[in-house]
Amino acid sequence: MTPLAQLIEAALFAAARPVTAEELQTLDPDATAADVRTALDQLKEHYDFEGHAIELVEIAGGYQLLTRPTFAAAVERAQLGLRTPRLTQAALETLSVISYRQPVGRAEIEEIRGVSAGGVLRTLQERGLIEVVGRSDALGRPLLYGTTNQFLELLGLRDLGELPRTEEFAVALQPPKPDSTDSEGAAASVPAES
Amino acid sequence: MTSPAASAFATAPGNEPGFVVSLDGFSGPLDLLLYLLREEKIEIADIPVARIADQFLQTIHTLGLNQAADYLEMAGRLVRLKVAMLLPRRPDEEGWEDPRHELVRRLLEYQQIREIASWLERRAERQALRFPRGYLPAPPDIPPPPLVIDLAELLRAVEKIISEIPQPVLHRVVPRPLDVEGATRRIEALLAEREEIDWLDALGPERTIADLLSTLIALLELARRGGLHLHQPAPFAPLVIRRDPPRPAD
Repeated sequence: MTPLAQLIEAALFAAARPVTAEELQTLDPDATAADVRTALDQLKEHYDFEGHAIELVEIAGGYQLLTRPTFAAAVERAQLGLRTPRLTQAALETLSVISYRQPVGRAEIEEIRGVSAGGVLRTLQERGLIEVVGRSDALGRPLLYGTTNQFLELLGLRDLGELPRTEEFAVALQPPKPDSTDSEGAAASVPAES
Repeated sequence: MTSPAASAFATAPGNEPGFVVSLDGFSGPLDLLLYLLREEKIEIADIPVARIADQFLQTIHTLGLNQAADYLEMAGRLVRLKVAMLLPRRPDEEGWEDPRHELVRRLLEYQQIREIASWLERRAERQALRFPRGYLPAPPDIPPPPLVIDLAELLRAVEKIISEIPQPVLHRVVPRPLDVEGATRRIEALLAEREEIDWLDALGPERTIADLLSTLIALLELARRGGLHLHQPAPFAPLVIRRDPPRPAD
């Protein structure tokens, strides 16, 4: 490995959080952004092709060393690591709305889910997955929420662009078709209800 | 006669046939509505409002008001839709819009959110299998509520403490060491007269830091020996010092 790759390896090992490429570049005053990228590739290859149990992962706008999923069960059995607790259905749905509509206010979240969202929003904020990103100009200047880097870490995403596009889901969000004209006559005189 | 297996399927007498849907499993009225539509194997765009509204009402009728609060608005909406669908309209009526339109839009939107939620869940589950270095346990879901104290309360407490300091004591050399024996004698004398005294009685006329500490240590020591009983009726309330009831001789 090159000296820069070694420096990066040391830095990533020492940091318990994702480290950005800009931060890594400060390790060596002479290194360019391209040098850092080359060194990162080299390090990644090193982990991938030499049977290492850790891998170099691009996550939450930075790079992090993580253990490979294969070893999760054993690490957990030895009580050396614990999976993060699962999110409730309410928390997942609220995160879904926020991640796709951010910045978004509480009223819109409640309108989409049909339930009050105060408690869930507080929990998500306490877990550091969402944050207040501003205020709306609407009446009462309600708070607007957005997702955090920790949200990306939780999902193992590089950035929000990695979220699937909504068209890729089975239910594409499109306004339902207006009543076709041919069924109009049949439905008109008597309601369709039994 | 009745095998255990058969009795397991028997419904309690007087109950409605079929099974009661428990709302605990639903994350809201739209979720419940989707469930009912799935049970009936009905397309979202084609809601039989009257039937679904009745089922919805039947389900939330089994609930207390508190739990049903989020569901009541939807129940009202469904009843209104049912009414709108039942009203006859003229065949040539212009601009008639299916009153279900808005509800269908919301259901589709919610269904998409559900799909995104399950995508997020799968991602999170996969990511949870990769541990970072220096693992820190995740914070508990519900941290203890922060101490709520308003400014007035805080100022009152500070004032009380300041008022009990006779003079500034910073840098003052205490002229004599703690007088625990003296305090012990004073407390024992007081308790010989009275069954119960309070903290200020025990402290005596002198109220320097040294006296305060001497009295406290004397009280704790006496309580340890079993000569008296310390009681504090509420947090930060004055201590009540009670003579230990005389015990029968062993």
